[in-house]
Amino acid sequence: MSHASGAHAVHAAPTGFIWKYIFSLDHKVIGIQYYLLALTAVWTGMILSLYMRLRLAWPSAELPLMGGIMTPEQYIAMVTMHGTIMVFFVLTTAPMGGFGNYILPIQIGALDMAFPLLNMLSFWVTFVAFIVMLSAFFVTGGAPTSGWTGYPPLSAVGEVAGPGLGLGQTLWIVSIALFCVGALLGALNFITTTLDLRTKGMTLMRMPLTVWSWFITSILGLLAFGVLLAAGVLLLMDRVAGTSFFIPGGLVISEQIISHKGGSPLLWQHLFWFFGHPEVYIAILPGMGAVSHILSTFARKPVFGYKAMVLAMSSIGAVGFMVWGHHMFISGMSPYTAIAFSVLTLSIGIPSAIKTFNWLGTLIGGKIRLHTPMLYSLGFVSLFVTGGLSGIFLGQPSLDLYLHDTYFVVAHFHMVMGVAAIFGIFAASHFWFPKMFGRMMSEPLGKIHFWVTFIGVYAIFMPMHYMGIAGHPRRYAETSGVEYLGALQPLHVIITIAVIVVIAVQFVFLFNFIWSLFRGEKASINPWESTTLEWTVPSPPPHDNFGGKLPVVYHGPYEYSVPGASADFIMQTSTEKVPDHH
Amino acid sequence: MAVLLAGVIAVITLVSMYLFSVEAWWMPPYISEYGQAYDAHFHLTMIICGIIFFLAQLGLAYAIFRYRDRGQKVSYSHGNNTLEVVWTLATAVLFWGIVLWGTHIWASVHLEAAPSNAVQIEAWGQQFAWYFRYPGPDGKFGTIKPELMKESSGNPLGLDLTDQAALDDVVMPIVAVPVNRPVELILRSKDVIHNFFVRELRIKQDLVPGLENRLHFTASQTGRFEVPCSELCGLGHYQMRTFLDVKPEAEFNSWLQENAPQY
Amino acid sequence: MADTLAQHKPFIADGGHGGGIIDAAGSGDPGGGHPHGASRRAYRTGMWFSMLGICMFFLAFTSSYIVRSGLSDDWVPVAIPSLMWWTTLLLIASSLTMEKTRRALSSGHRAELNQWLGATLLLGFGFLVGQVAVWRELASRGVFLTTNPSSSFFYLLTASHGIHLLGGVLALLYIAREAWLYRLGPAKRTLVEVTAMYWHFMDGLWVYILMLLWLWR
Repeated sequence: MSHASGAHAVHAAPTGFIWKYIFSLDHKVIGIQYYLLALTAVWTGMILSLYMRLRLAWPSAELPLMGGIMTPEQYIAMVTMHGTIMVFFVLTTAPMGGFGNYILPIQIGALDMAFPLLNMLSFWVTFVAFIVMLSAFFVTGGAPTSGWTGYPPLSAVGEVAGPGLGLGQTLWIVSIALFCVGALLGALNFITTTLDLRTKGMTLMRMPLTVWSWFITSILGLLAFGVLLAAGVLLLMDRVAGTSFFIPGGLVISEQIISHKGGSPLLWQHLFWFFGHPEVYIAILPGMGAVSHILSTFARKPVFGYKAMVLAMSSIGAVGFMVWGHHMFISGMSPYTAIAFSVLTLSIGIPSAIKTFNWLGTLIGGKIRLHTPMLYSLGFVSLFVTGGLSGIFLGQPSLDLYLHDTYFVVAHFHMVMGVAAIFGIFAASHFWFPKMFGRMMSEPLGKIHFWVTFIGVYAIFMPMHYMGIAGHPRRYAETSGVEYLGALQPLHVIITIAVIVVIAVQFVFLFNFIWSLFRGEKASINPWESTTLEWTVPSPPPHDNFGGKLPVVYHGPYEYSVPGASADFIMQTSTEKVPDHH
Repeated sequence: MAVLLAGVIAVITLVSMYLFSVEAWWMPPYISEYGQAYDAHFHLTMIICGIIFFLAQLGLAYAIFRYRDRGQKVSYSHGNNTLEVVWTLATAVLFWGIVLWGTHIWASVHLEAAPSNAVQIEAWGQQFAWYFRYPGPDGKFGTIKPELMKESSGNPLGLDLTDQAALDDVVMPIVAVPVNRPVELILRSKDVIHNFFVRELRIKQDLVPGLENRLHFTASQTGRFEVPCSELCGLGHYQMRTFLDVKPEAEFNSWLQENAPQY
Repeated sequence: MADTLAQHKPFIADGGHGGGIIDAAGSGDPGGGHPHGASRRAYRTGMWFSMLGICMFFLAFTSSYIVRSGLSDDWVPVAIPSLMWWTTLLLIASSLTMEKTRRALSSGHRAELNQWLGATLLLGFGFLVGQVAVWRELASRGVFLTTNPSSSFFYLLTASHGIHLLGGVLALLYIAREAWLYRLGPAKRTLVEVTAMYWHFMDGLWVYILMLLWLWR
């Protein structure tokens, strides 16, 4: 612990359980901590979704732990917590905090993150944020019922507007604020590490696309989370200090007059979505990076259009800050700005399409090995295309006039930032597990998990498009309140059955994960015959990653099947000649 | 494995497209002036996205099948800049084209003002009910006061009865409109954000407390249409529903008279 | 796993031969294997990006301020207490003394360094105390956090800045402790430089907030 506060990447290997595994400064341990946090969170979020689905399919069924039939407010609380936990503690945490932390320093040839102490701090702040979030379930009134977007006045006026909007909602805001702090510290570390700690020869254009994706994601995080933090502070003040930033005057709730005046509910929406839209890319960009990386590795072929990929990710990041208004087309925002936002929104489809073309280009002419990480990556591409295309509908204010806040939206964002991002995480899990834990995950179990999950998520989310087109509003606890929804009830049942199957098969993943930790086949240094730096060190890597020797990089990251080379892959550290391809 | 994956992707693609094409779960027939343009643009978008969906998924399936590992030689390539430029421009033209092509629908809903002969109706949302206010014979909405808003005393919108203009205001829990007459809704909320959505009109708009959002339409068919709240407003969100009653003009007028207040 | 996978070992991973590895111990950089100066640069990079993050935080407040003032019918601008101009002077002066501190350190004048460091700390504390006095004065005039939206923003912005500046004061205290223990050699130069960057940034941010409160009424 001699350099605890330093930017020195080398800190002595700690002794003792607590310093080694709990308050560790080692980016690898912190990465695994983040991963396990996300794993806990994803199971929590998934169980919540199971309850929601059961309620929707069989509204009068008595469910365990609910004390009988689930109430509408319990349903909405679960909607809120499912969304919040999944977006923040899974989709933001696993790809960045988990894999980014573990892999990024090794892939650029660094001994650790630039600021190890900050790294540890950001994990523990995130951890506390998660505990605070979960505690909302156990306070009087229960978890908040204002959705993961927390729109005021619902989220701002307190218990008078419904259960869960008292202490539960306050805890939600505190948790989000803490999460922002953790994410900001993390982003700072990632950016600095990438910029300053690259080893000799690791130029920017030799960085693996994974590193690019984490780097761009960190910049998005740095710019976005500060805004959410500010919004959270304002909302908290409205709730606890009596200010009126978001609460307008003249509110009458349950015949009670609310004393606030003059605030703007739309102001929150602007601030929230200024964060919220980049957040979507924070969730998906690392997946794109990992998938590009894995497709190339298992197709034994260089990434098609590396520079175009970097440019596409950068422009997705940049334009991502200019499209937040498409979440607010029907909010009462100026209809002229809606048109500007829609054109910018469709613009983001362009780099997304470029990425898809390049993924296909990488596959064509390759020699595809279908190991589990590759299956997930191919699944990612399929899901990303499907989810992206429904965005073409929603990005147009003219069509959003009908589709907004229907199940079509639910289908869209689950496909593209939910399931696709999760597939990215699954791909990365199977791909890097041997490096992280020194053992292979079971291929047969991985494949069973893939097949059921892949077909299952289509069975879950495809029907939601139809429900949306039929006009089913989202966040409805049941269909009994509206006559025309009765016709859609069978779809709810079908979806719920698919959900049960998909959740059941997640136990296969969990079993595979735990079983492989102890019983998996021992992993070699480079089981996938990949080229990047993490595959030059033992599995798992030693405390300082490179055993006192720093690698020197001579090649780009994707030199597969180079004509005339001694093997069908050339490590980045190899001195073997590669023909100039420029 | 490769054959299986390619096959599964192809089957998923074709089944999904089939289920879209049969329109088994779909929008009901439209009844507003926006309907025709909306449905046309929706279909256009659907067809374009359908083609992209088909090509991309089948392309993926084909690549998986065709380039499965059979020990073949890999063609070493780092990409093709001409191709990058071509597909970037092609997508740009397509995506910008489609959004601009459809913007006229948005413009007719939001950029054009309601016709001057429009029937003005105030739509109010509250947890978890709707109220609609008609200005009455004087054509003027009377003063309302938050402190008077009491459902329990029969004055949910807080009409200030000391104001003459308020005396003839008609307040109803459902919204009736005359057929083939332009209607302008003034959307307001007492408490939290709600959303007014009628599938058959092909429009929806938030009711934001503190704001007066506006929406105008002309319903061209009589009938009763459901209005489900479409913005999360609390635990009763799923049952916050009312009706849009499109009536012949004469029937509408007598409906208003029947429901005129008796103070 | 296919047999081919197991057979293929990466050809440089097992040691120093093959030219792919340099020996960190021999590179003459005891701080670690990074290229020389990487950690110094990392501190600066980290600080630049922290400042960017903080900017976004205050930009969010700024846009809220502008939007909220634009749509409000109950906006009563807070009359800026004259004391605030004096505290501003303190902060600007502290920026100058901070700069002196930094220069004293790089030219190795320990006594001078201690003087300027002490002065900076004093001025920093002075500013924070002055800030509390400003709030008390407003409170005595009956202007509280919830009095009207303008006063809400006034307290919010000044308090947020105060919390950030407190971070700078804590860093200065840490530097003072190092100086007290005679540990503030050129090796700690980066620490002082980065703190100076932050301090100047806080100074600039303050002037920005003051101008916002003063000019955008």
